Amino acid sequence: MTNGKSIGDTLLRVDDVSVSFGAVAALTDVSFEIREREILAIIGPNGAGKTTMLNVLNGVYQPDHGTMTFNDRTYTRMRPSEAAEHGIARTFQNVALFRGMTTLDNIFTGRTLKMKSNLFMQAIYWGPAQKVEREHRQAVERIIDFLEIEEIRKVPVGRLPYGLQKRVELGRALAAEPKLLLLDEPMAGMNLEEKEDMCRFILDVNEEFGTTIALIEHDMGVVMDISDRVVVLDYGRKIADGHPDVVRQDSAVIDAYLGVAHDAA
Amino acid sequence: MLYREAGQFKTSYDADMAIFPIAQDRWGMIAIVVIAVVIIPLFTSDYIMGSLMIPFLIWGLSAIGLNILTGYAGQLSLGHGGFMAVGGFAAYNLAVRVPEIPILGTFIIAGLIAAAVGVVFGLPSLRIKGFYLAVTTLAAQFFIEWVFANFPWFTGGTMSMTLDTPSMVVFGYAIESTRDHYLLTLGIVLVLTLAAKNMVRSQLGRAWMAIRDMDVAAEVIGIRPLRTKLTAFAVSSFYAGVAGALYAFAFLKSLDITAYDLFRSFLVLFMIIIGGLGSILGSFLGAAFIILLPIFINVVAHNFSDQIKPDFITNAELMIFGGLIIFFLIVEPFGLARLWMTAKEKLRLWPFPH
Ligand SMILES: Nc1ncnc2c1ncn2[C@@H]1O[C@H](COP(=O)(O)OP(=O)(O)OP(=O)(O)O)[C@@H](O)[C@H]1O
Ligand SMILES: [Mg+2]
Repeated sequence: MTNGKSIGDTLLRVDDVSVSFGAVAALTDVSFEIREREILAIIGPNGAGKTTMLNVLNGVYQPDHGTMTFNDRTYTRMRPSEAAEHGIARTFQNVALFRGMTTLDNIFTGRTLKMKSNLFMQAIYWGPAQKVEREHRQAVERIIDFLEIEEIRKVPVGRLPYGLQKRVELGRALAAEPKLLLLDEPMAGMNLEEKEDMCRFILDVNEEFGTTIALIEHDMGVVMDISDRVVVLDYGRKIADGHPDVVRQDSAVIDAYLGVAHDAA
Repeated sequence: MLYREAGQFKTSYDADMAIFPIAQDRWGMIAIVVIAVVIIPLFTSDYIMGSLMIPFLIWGLSAIGLNILTGYAGQLSLGHGGFMAVGGFAAYNLAVRVPEIPILGTFIIAGLIAAAVGVVFGLPSLRIKGFYLAVTTLAAQFFIEWVFANFPWFTGGTMSMTLDTPSMVVFGYAIESTRDHYLLTLGIVLVLTLAAKNMVRSQLGRAWMAIRDMDVAAEVIGIRPLRTKLTAFAVSSFYAGVAGALYAFAFLKSLDITAYDLFRSFLVLFMIIIGGLGSILGSFLGAAFIILLPIFINVVAHNFSDQIKPDFITNAELMIFGGLIIFFLIVEPFGLARLWMTAKEKLRLWPFPH
């Protein structure tokens, strides 16, 4: 399924990143890389530090030490809004949508950094401001079509079922046209059909737009199916990194999953 | 099927993005504007215009300001009366000291000064939220009241408590009658209402609501929290400032710091809770409710008996406000505006339930 696409050079490199919360070492000296146009899965038992890793990548947490190199720029910390400006978008493990706003408006907010219009123009809603709204509305509608959520365009997202909320959140991240898309358990809590849809969307995004994707997932079937490479974390350390078939045979990985009671292993 | 969308196919995003996408709403708005601009000035008394419509419009404008900050951007403020005072005092001082500036320009500058003060008191909002922010804005209210009450410079060098506002001339036309004052107020309120409606339905409004609903996710998208919150403080205080200036110049015809006290801050907060948080229409519904309720209670009380003491009426007013606020907070947090929307949805399906 991923044959034929050309995985490129390193897009983002993580070097010796450590993060601790008080006495809890959430990440210890983790290094890996994300390559252009690949789908990288980050897996590991509960509490392994996967979410913490994503939070470091887009600036929500600051590492105690270690660096990231994105697009040949090395940094130790950046604010989440800077990460967004550099083309990193993400979704959250517990859906983080704007509950009071409609599907349309939620996805629209994803275009924040692409829209340039000043307060005065927006107040009169004329000329350039209206033109900007119209152009971006078209981009938003393309995403709505792509994710097949036309029906819920005007529904406040707080009223939507969980599976659809996850889909809208993906739409909001896509609206930013990111270079790197970080997905934290995009299929958690979904039924089989919803999972299949979500897999299809992720693969389509990767193939059609060439977007690089790093995702966290517990469902091994899904991981084996869609990822080009897998990084395995356990107790905050990286224990394996490589092609899905190779990682699956890795004894350290098998131990990690057998040693911990885990539903999806 | 009096009110429906069916048959009105939207052929472009422009049509869907129009300020009132549904034809019935459009006609409704046109009717309201015609009534406000033509019918009321031609056919109603000075009492209706001067004692009901002018305060209704001014408080509606002020409520839009607070709704932008609290209802849209999610930042609770108890200093709105203070920001209105800044507008009132700025307009008075400009009109007296620099009479060359046309009065509309004076109002705009007064609004901008209030906006600047609002931004300063909004700075703590980056670090503190909710209840603690409310306490900070309460401090703003007291500080502003204290400054205007204790520095005679702001009251033209006198220590007098109330000062008459200077007369107004708009494009060479002297504003004298109650009708003139009404039309001037109406014009300003209409323009600023339209501007507010446009802001909340464009990028800026979405950024405000995003910060309100989930600030971490907003930042991850690239919305800058401080800048977005400060814009909300600025726009909100601009509206408060213009409303405060109009309150002095078009309603009281005098300047008096006690007209902008903490009770007024609470009153505007009640308006947006009862009218509907995050709704421009709700700002006016809430203002109408709060302005009309005391008058209504008065009329009822006087019809029943002239034995009722005035302080009983004031107390009854407060008790009814209190009860209604509890009702709306518990039962319908989106206020009268949501009740109206629900009614419209019912009407849209009528006569078929589903
Ligand atoms: N903000 C925080 N404050 C304190 N401890 C934290 C915080 N975030 C994470 N941790 C701790 O860091 C460790 C790693 O957590 P993390 O959420 O990254 O795990 P995860 O791999 O995403 O797990 P899951 O599969 O359950 O989502 C856990 O022990 C967690 O309790
Ligand atoms: Mg997690």
